[in-house]
Amino acid sequence: MNSLLKRKSRGDMWFDIINYALLTFIMLLVLYPLYFVLVASFSDPNYIYSGEIWLFPKGFTLDGYERIFNDSSIWIGYANSILYATLGTLIGVAVTVFAAYPLARKNLAGKSFIMWFLLITMFFSGGLIPTYLLIKDLHLLNTMWALILPGAGGVFNVIIVRTFFQSSIPDEMWEAASIDGCSNTRFFWSIVLPLSKSILAVMVLYHVVGFWNGFFDALIYLSDDKKYPLQLVLRNILIQNQVNSGMMIDVESYAAKMRVTELIKYGVIMVSSLPLLMLYPFLQKYFVKGVMIGSIKG
Amino acid sequence: MDSITSQVQQPTKTKQKRWSRFKRDYELYLFLLPIIIIYLLFKYYPMYGVQIAFKDFSPSRGIWGSEWVGFQHFIDFFNSYNFWTVIMNTLSLSFLSLLFGFPAPIIIAIMLNQMLGKTYKKFVQTVIYAPHFISTVVLIGMLNVFLSPNSGMINHIITMFGGEPILFMADEGWFRPLYILSGIWQETGFATIIYLAALAGVNPELHEAATMDGASKWKRVLYVDIPSILPTIVILLILALGNIMSIGFEKAFLMQSDLNYATSNIIPTYVYEMGIQKAQYSFSTAVGLFNSLINIVLIVTVNRIAKKMTETSLW
Repeated sequence: MNSLLKRKSRGDMWFDIINYALLTFIMLLVLYPLYFVLVASFSDPNYIYSGEIWLFPKGFTLDGYERIFNDSSIWIGYANSILYATLGTLIGVAVTVFAAYPLARKNLAGKSFIMWFLLITMFFSGGLIPTYLLIKDLHLLNTMWALILPGAGGVFNVIIVRTFFQSSIPDEMWEAASIDGCSNTRFFWSIVLPLSKSILAVMVLYHVVGFWNGFFDALIYLSDDKKYPLQLVLRNILIQNQVNSGMMIDVESYAAKMRVTELIKYGVIMVSSLPLLMLYPFLQKYFVKGVMIGSIKG
Repeated sequence: MDSITSQVQQPTKTKQKRWSRFKRDYELYLFLLPIIIIYLLFKYYPMYGVQIAFKDFSPSRGIWGSEWVGFQHFIDFFNSYNFWTVIMNTLSLSFLSLLFGFPAPIIIAIMLNQMLGKTYKKFVQTVIYAPHFISTVVLIGMLNVFLSPNSGMINHIITMFGGEPILFMADEGWFRPLYILSGIWQETGFATIIYLAALAGVNPELHEAATMDGASKWKRVLYVDIPSILPTIVILLILALGNIMSIGFEKAFLMQSDLNYATSNIIPTYVYEMGIQKAQYSFSTAVGLFNSLINIVLIVTVNRIAKKMTETSLW
């Protein structure tokens, strides 16, 4: 019996060793590209070109970051993204939460009709061009409202918040409050919202990440590059290789320009992604919570 | 006689009741007003505008004033030389993404679930969730710098082993592998959350009983964990199958160039190219409408199957 136990645990020990080794390898596979970008962004671009950078910066330089911080287009992009994310989140979360509460109440007349009214848009939409033509007719082209308003109150988010309300604000609570003469609005403000801080945090984070990372709407609706959000500025640098000539004013040869461009690319990846990547570990539990609530009804 | 009057009175009574409920809850309808206005304007009005798929839309005459042409644009699309290319590109890309991308989070969730050290497990989770928060633009930017033929890390490794540098981003054969691999890198970690939740719900008594019977960890994964989370796997697979034709625009668009166009031209990028870049509004709308009709059929079918198999469904 004793030897049997031992043999069994030896098999399990191997299982654990292999499991840990594989997971560590997978984690490094995810981490290394990000780490490499960080290291390369501080390195002499000549070493990037010759492939001599693996674990530590070589020929340490802040040249790339200096060029990035002196360039106005990235800062304009940053400012625009912050503006759009703030306003968009404010409006988006408000519309979502206000819509979700009535739909969480058990006996709201016409509830299922309104639910269907929202759900249908998940399965059928007018599509790109009809929406584009509408934005044009409303004279919203080249304004930030084209990025903020059409997507406000997404069905999926409404469902998540509604599920939360249904499970954590029982209808009896409202019944008791209404007997005491509390109005719906007052109940919503002073009971529902204070009890829903965690779901509000989830919604705020979802919206902020969405606005910060989104670029499709801006690509279609914005034509003035002074209004470009960060992602559109990044696209020009990272994917279309259009580094602002102001960033290169002192670089002469073509080859040197290529090198500096490469360095700038690593730098902008860091500058644009670092805020979210640094914040996210502290907010992780809210994202996880959002996925969990969403999966109950999805 | 009595029973008749009471029958007649009943509906008016409930109507009155409904009206009083409506009056009592009028604030709740005010809460709903913003979303209803936004949906009517930005979701339902474009559905009305979708009729330009059957018209020859000219901006000066407007949606209503343009001339009807029936199914002409659909016929043009079916007969266009790249109809099958676009459809096959879309289907291959999403099928292959599903084939390779779907099992990955299941395997990793099971592995994570077997980890004993809580702190290290948390750390691994935090790291592998992180790429989910990187934007598509940055992801493709990273692909560009890593795969660059003369300065990229990957080509340095290839030349180190005596190979020739590969022009990854400009090669139509590499488009799909890169799309899928980068997708796995970015989304696998975050997708484990749902499976980890399912695994946390596995009855611990099953594990205890299996251990008593001498089952190793490996056997318990095979015969306890996997069967327990099978319903979750099936539902997520069915949902993914329903979305097979609704592949996203952003990533393919950002990876697209003239050099890989033969494989990267998929329905959403084609709609964008025809509609926004070439201003063929009606034709592009027709292509989009065709795609969303297929989507509806897929989702409804898949939901039927889900209902039959697992007694759970989207609605």
